Amino acid sequence: MATELYTANNAVTVRLEGELDHHAAGPLRDRIDEAIMKARPDVLTLDFGNVSFMDSSAVGLVMGRFKLLSAMKGKLEVVGLSPTAYRMMELSGLKTLAKLEMKPRGN
Amino acid sequence: MPKAMLINEMKLELESRSINESFARATVAAFCSQLDPSLEELSDIKTAVSEAVTNAIVHGYAEKTGKVYITARIYADGMFEVAVKDKGCGIPDIAKAREPLFTTGGADRAGLGFAVMESFTDKLNVRSAVGKGTTVTMRKKITGKSGG
Repeated sequence: MATELYTANNAVTVRLEGELDHHAAGPLRDRIDEAIMKARPDVLTLDFGNVSFMDSSAVGLVMGRFKLLSAMKGKLEVVGLSPTAYRMMELSGLKTLAKLEMKPRGN
Repeated sequence: MPKAMLINEMKLELESRSINESFARATVAAFCSQLDPSLEELSDIKTAVSEAVTNAIVHGYAEKTGKVYITARIYADGMFEVAVKDKGCGIPDIAKAREPLFTTGGADRAGLGFAVMESFTDKLNVRSAVGKGTTVTMRKKITGKSGG
């Protein structure tokens, strides 16, 4: 999974790309957590716009980052979710905890 | 309701390594494409298979490596069936395991595997025996590009 990660103005943005399953989630989690611990950002944005496939491992990844971030009073934003991905995030109850944003249909 | 006639079948045997998760779902999806599914149906099948195979790897075999057996069947009425079997530790309480958000998988598992399989297919059946293994069988009617 190719992923871009950058930090600016107390915000960390992660542009996820490709297939996000259990196999990809482990190494990705380590990279994101390293950036969080280093920057201690006010906001973490996970951009799913270029994710071609995801299963509930991606939801687990988001939930785990939410917990870590909450412990340091940061906010979590999840953007670019496909309708299917949004449905899966909803199943977890994340909607009430983090800002979830769906990508317009047809994108 | 009696099952429609079986018209095609494939079997796949894999080691329980996480790198095989994408291979498993892509292979099952390629087989399913014989039914001319819509993109959404295909994505639902891929997701459900990914959940089942991940469960076999993460829970069934946990720290050890074993074989994951996948059987996919196409029926004359457009029904697609996938069974994912492991010979791992088994599930002591299936009802509990199927509850959304319940997990024994640690901090970064969402506990949504069965909930996703259930919501992305038409029927989910789980058979398990402690110490012997688990078989998850999913069925989904493929209505195709026109119906999807």
